[in-house]
Amino acid sequence: MTADSHALATTGEHTPLAGLAHDTRGGISNVVLGMLLFITSEVMFFAGLFAAYFNTRASNHPWPPDEFAHILNPFSIILVATIILISSSFTCQLAVWAIRRSDRTGFLRNIAITFVLGVVFLLLQAYDYSLLFEEGMTLGSGPFGTTYFTLTGFHGAHVFGGVIMLGVVLYRGMSGQFSSRHHDAVEAASLYWHFVDVVWILLFSILYFL
Amino acid sequence: MATHALSPAAQAYSRGTLYDWLTTTDHKKIGIMYVINSFIFFLVGGVLALVVRTELAQPGLQYLTNEHVYNEMFTMHATLMIFVFVIPMLAGLGNYAVPLMIGAPDMAFPRINALSLWMLPLGGLLLISSFFTGGSAAAGWTSYPPLSAEGPLNSPGAGQDLWIVALVLIGTSSILGGINFLVTIFKMRAPGMTLFRMPIMVWTILVTSVLVVMATPVITSALVMLFIDRNYGGHFFDPFQGGSAVLYQNIFWFYSHPAVYVMVLPAMGVVSEVLPVFSRKPLFGYKAFIFATAGIGALGFSVWAHHMFTTGAVFLPFFSLLTFLIAVPTGVKMFNWVFTLFRGQLTFSTPLVFALGFLTMFLIGGINGAFSASVPVDFALHDTYWVVAHLHYVLFGGSVFGIFAGIYYWFPKWTGRMLNEGLGHLQFWLMFIGFNLTFFPMHMLGIQGMPRRIADYASDAGWNDWNLAATIGGFLIASSMLPFIWNVFISLRNGKVAGDDPWEGNTLEWATTSPPPPYNFDHLPEIRSERPLFDARHGHAGHAGH
Repeated sequence: MTADSHALATTGEHTPLAGLAHDTRGGISNVVLGMLLFITSEVMFFAGLFAAYFNTRASNHPWPPDEFAHILNPFSIILVATIILISSSFTCQLAVWAIRRSDRTGFLRNIAITFVLGVVFLLLQAYDYSLLFEEGMTLGSGPFGTTYFTLTGFHGAHVFGGVIMLGVVLYRGMSGQFSSRHHDAVEAASLYWHFVDVVWILLFSILYFL
Repeated sequence: MATHALSPAAQAYSRGTLYDWLTTTDHKKIGIMYVINSFIFFLVGGVLALVVRTELAQPGLQYLTNEHVYNEMFTMHATLMIFVFVIPMLAGLGNYAVPLMIGAPDMAFPRINALSLWMLPLGGLLLISSFFTGGSAAAGWTSYPPLSAEGPLNSPGAGQDLWIVALVLIGTSSILGGINFLVTIFKMRAPGMTLFRMPIMVWTILVTSVLVVMATPVITSALVMLFIDRNYGGHFFDPFQGGSAVLYQNIFWFYSHPAVYVMVLPAMGVVSEVLPVFSRKPLFGYKAFIFATAGIGALGFSVWAHHMFTTGAVFLPFFSLLTFLIAVPTGVKMFNWVFTLFRGQLTFSTPLVFALGFLTMFLIGGINGAFSASVPVDFALHDTYWVVAHLHYVLFGGSVFGIFAGIYYWFPKWTGRMLNEGLGHLQFWLMFIGFNLTFFPMHMLGIQGMPRRIADYASDAGWNDWNLAATIGGFLIASSMLPFIWNVFISLRNGKVAGDDPWEGNTLEWATTSPPPPYNFDHLPEIRSERPLFDARHGHAGHAGH
């Protein structure tokens, strides 16, 4: 209702043309609200995949199947990838805080680091996939392989999308855009990046530990 | 009211060049293109329905080469009507109306708005192209596995894959459109336009958009899993490999039941705009209507398994009870509408006539739906023509009549010209009689046990007469499109000039020129209630919402 009270507050100073001026003071910006709603829809997309995972898991015993009993070892390359992705959320937030106080150097440095960490995560995931393939686990290896590769694959695709977003933000930043007043794209990209990070934390905990 | 002619240049309807239309980010042009695109696919889907009805007119397989072609026809009929006609048509009406109704210059993200639009013809063409790549999808619009799975006896062709890809594309268009509506409604309202002064149309679009943003990605997940099963050897829905076919149904209906409300709430919004204007009364129970809309939206997420009673895999009492509960907010709305009409000064213009068609037909659709909410009755009626009758009474009797009410209501605003009233009434009566002749007999067929989705039936089953009646009705509905198309054609050329506010409307779109200038408003009246134009006409004695 904050938008409401605000709308009421401006009624008093109504003049014919001032009436057309839409207020952008205060409240959440259009871009950030749009990104939050987009993330909401993404959450529901992953909810569908997670529901399929739990449904499949509940009706298949043992889980994981004997042939892949120890294949998903959390203390392996995947732990390194996890630490890298979680760190990248911190560097991303540092970039946001930097641009909020117009520290463009800090902003560019942290966005660049985040971008690189995202790329490294994708490379490590690809490497991890190749190890699994070598041991004979593929998308077609029963419900176990299907759910594992679908869930992590779609997460990887979202990381890829996030890396592209960060790349665009980095490019725009390097060409002189963004300031403490104008940085909606940075805020939005960072929200998305945190979202893919949280999805990974859930995936890592559920697939490897639960 | 000082809103006249401040922008004389905008008075003339400037027909932009083709390039202007193809590259526009103006929500009004985009809205009109939504409507035109949806109407074209409505005609295509309608032709497919005529093929289905023609084949069923008599027992035996007369016109189609085999049952598989028949399966393609009804699958594509439903898919086109739901995903490329009703949903985008209502989104198109909303696209034109919402920014105007809240006094905004455009949608929040105009370029994303254009993207949402252009994904739709692409998705529709993908669907139709499947006819030329070895056959379209033929597993019904629900595409349950194992029927839709890969395999020689299932759905071996590329048509099913094209169907999946097209639906993901159209779903993405819906999600982006929903986000756009929500940001527009929350962030772009004119000063004074509080949430509880918004037109009901805007409220229904708001609730619809929440459903779209939260439910559509869920069907996307079901579709990608089906795609993985079909093309990459996945085992989500294959019971022989540890998957579950019922899992698909659960995920599918978790979207597709809310989608039912996506397909009807904006039509309810249209009707709630039309009834007050043509009764010369405010909407009875404005706030109750809003809470009922929100209630339907919320309940919509908890009734999906009533489509799956006969699977034996769902908790029947819970889903049955919640399904019955939906009748409560819907009943509230019925009272809103009926008491808006009560003792009103009714003007039976075409928009009102179509709105009354909505009221009566949607009422029947609600009543015959309540039968299926009862588990024991549903066990008998499941997958019979009763279900076909029910869904058409809500989707055609409800949504489509609402859509035409909206088209007749806003056409003067879109084009600056009135549609012809006589042709409008002719269209209504052809459609109304044809509709009831087609779908009312399906109740009887359902009770007599005729299953849906069959190409042929025994001649001694006692279904011949009702089927013939339904087919005649189908052609009557088709004929009702001729006066409509003719009406649009002659009205665009020689129709009566509408002026800003031909209906003495209540909402802000009537405060600007017809058609409005690209920036929508030179001037906004003061907004002190949900009927700012009524207030402007009659001083400040208008009904204040609170």
